[in-house]
Amino acid sequence: METFLFWLFAIVGVGCGIMVVFHRNPMSSAIYLVVTMLCLAGFYALLAGPFVAVIQVLVYAGAVMVLILFVIMMLNLREETLEREGSIVTWILAGLIGLVLVVAVLPPFPRTPASAPEPAFGTIEEVGNKLFTVYLLPFELTSVLLLVAIIGAVILAKRRML
Amino acid sequence: MAGRTEDQETHMDATALLDSTGALLPHMTVLVTGLVILTLDLFLTPRSRYLNEVVGLIGLLLAFLFTLSTAGAPRQVFMAMAVVDYLGAFFNATFLLIAALTILLSASYVRREGVSVGEYYALILFATTGFMFVAAAADLIMVFLAIETLSIATYILAGLLREDPRSQEAAFKYFMLGVLSSAFFLYGIATIYGALGNTNLVHLAQVLGQGDFSPLLLMGMALLIVGLGFKVAVVPFHMWAPDVYEGAPTTVTAFMTAGPKAAAFAAFLRVFFQGFTTPEMVQHWAPIFAFLAALTMILGNFVAIAQQSLKRMLAYSSIAHAGYAFVALVAHNALGASSILYYLVAYTLMSLGAFTVLMVVARREGPLYAFDDYAGLGTTHPLLAAMMALFMFALAGFPPTAGFAGKFYVFSAAVQAGYYGLALIGVLTSVVSVVYYTRVVMLMYMREPNGAPPIPRLAPTTMAVLGITAVGILYMGIFPGGIMRLAEHSVAFLFQAKM
Amino acid sequence: MIPIPHYLTVSAILFTTGAIGVLMRRNALIVLMSLELMLNAVNLSFVAYARLHQDMGGHVFVFLSITVAAAEAAVGLAILLTIFRARATVDVDNLHLLQR
Repeated sequence: METFLFWLFAIVGVGCGIMVVFHRNPMSSAIYLVVTMLCLAGFYALLAGPFVAVIQVLVYAGAVMVLILFVIMMLNLREETLEREGSIVTWILAGLIGLVLVVAVLPPFPRTPASAPEPAFGTIEEVGNKLFTVYLLPFELTSVLLLVAIIGAVILAKRRML
Repeated sequence: MAGRTEDQETHMDATALLDSTGALLPHMTVLVTGLVILTLDLFLTPRSRYLNEVVGLIGLLLAFLFTLSTAGAPRQVFMAMAVVDYLGAFFNATFLLIAALTILLSASYVRREGVSVGEYYALILFATTGFMFVAAAADLIMVFLAIETLSIATYILAGLLREDPRSQEAAFKYFMLGVLSSAFFLYGIATIYGALGNTNLVHLAQVLGQGDFSPLLLMGMALLIVGLGFKVAVVPFHMWAPDVYEGAPTTVTAFMTAGPKAAAFAAFLRVFFQGFTTPEMVQHWAPIFAFLAALTMILGNFVAIAQQSLKRMLAYSSIAHAGYAFVALVAHNALGASSILYYLVAYTLMSLGAFTVLMVVARREGPLYAFDDYAGLGTTHPLLAAMMALFMFALAGFPPTAGFAGKFYVFSAAVQAGYYGLALIGVLTSVVSVVYYTRVVMLMYMREPNGAPPIPRLAPTTMAVLGITAVGILYMGIFPGGIMRLAEHSVAFLFQAKM
Repeated sequence: MIPIPHYLTVSAILFTTGAIGVLMRRNALIVLMSLELMLNAVNLSFVAYARLHQDMGGHVFVFLSITVAAAEAAVGLAILLTIFRARATVDVDNLHLLQR
């Protein structure tokens, strides 16, 4: 069962990931990206990470992608204005370079198999525990980062200068 | 918990929390100042807008005082996420100086260009908070988050002239390549996490010191180099810098050449001088750094000669200077580490001074930042021209300026570590740089004024920036010992114990 | 169970695909989405390594990484909006006022 799910998510995920990059219409790319993210959420669930799986769906696929889709629709690009980008040859070349890069980036992998995790691994309690004790400072710094992003989004995107 | 000693607690109690917060008081102060400005700006009238700058400067001064009081022997706070030591204190002082000079510099500029004042200063201060957290990072996740904070703030600042298409372009290009480099950096962190089980830098050094070496670590290191290389704009990761520096508002460019660069070097020091610090590891990254430094010095200086716009020339000059500073990283010794610190302070002063003159002389109509604006400046505005000449000579590395002393220390460190070729390249490219720096000086003094509209009277804040930077450059050039001693003291702990 | 290296391979493939997208595509929105793809790929590595080391730190990193990516997406879209308002196009190759 687990093997089946892994290969399902892997093939669909990688396939849709490639389609994100290669499709002409940004709207389609966005949908493919959503599917890829859902496959990743499936991976997280397989890897004993229920909390991050849910967060992936809620925040990434649910909020970030919706935002991107809003902007795509707002910009209202029509199909005719989208031309083919780059020749076939360039893409094949890019694909080959990509293949080389994947092999180069494939790290020398740890061979020892992972032991079975404790039942509480990856749950929201465990994440919360770590987040507010060990990782308290990164958490607080992230709040500053969010504030900066909010300021930026507002002053860059607002209509008239206040 | 992997990576933490058994006798460490699993969480902080109240005293530890208070102690940790107290140690990071400088950082908190800058953050709070930003928040205060953000809120205060809602209630200010155009006449009282100057309070923004006042509050900002007071906050920075407070932070500086806290920096002095919290500096001490290295100690880890916040569950080994941050570290407070003299190195951090030195960097904090540098960042606070950059922020203060930028605030002074921006005072007349933001009113002239109609930028939203409160948010501008708040972003500058939040970026500064990011700088300071980079210097205080003891864990790779903190380095990442701090760099992201300062980067996002800078993306926004670059695009603040919303009506100016070049500002928009600069913001987007910076954003695109900035996030790309962050992705590489994050992948590097993930790989190191995979090798170690945690991302603490001190633990990384311990593991390496015990000879426990995994190829995953090498790969992670390479990815980190790519990620950080973009931020500091060394060749071949420099492509974004000329366009972004040219398009961004001038005060933001000045800020960007000083702040994020210094922060990136702080990250290099923390990651490579505290993390990947064993001799075996140094043998892996030092040659790479040497190669990057050589490329950067050569390309930065030669391309600068061909530039038609002073702003773009200064952008390539900034790339070249990052190359010089990189040479000091290659020389993994005490002189190398302290000379980086000295060089960063010197470069801050030179760059901010030059950009101040740029901002003052820029004409609103016609090609901005063209060289012709400077023709005959020696006759029309002698004091301003003299300042610019000083900044140009300092950047070129003439004695008795800080530029000369900085390069001297950096190249000496390289020679000390045996990198004679690199030092030679450094000296030769410095000679080449004289060509384009003196071009400005000759324009100012040997050409007739071309009837350009007169420069309006300088605001007192602008004059203050020019004064501080000029005096600083001369002081550091004539009496380099003071700052160098501080720098040496700050990095001493890096080379004390043999790892 | 599935060996961890399998997950890391998928992560590497997605990361490289995203990188190709950033460098090759002209449409700024797709560039943005490619960047998000890269960040997602790194998150997968984090979770896989966390499973290997039985350490919750990886999950916390992913949590923070998703937050950062969301913030960056918002800012990137805001920048895109300013460009689009002036030019009615999001073709990256049109951004050539600043010489290359």
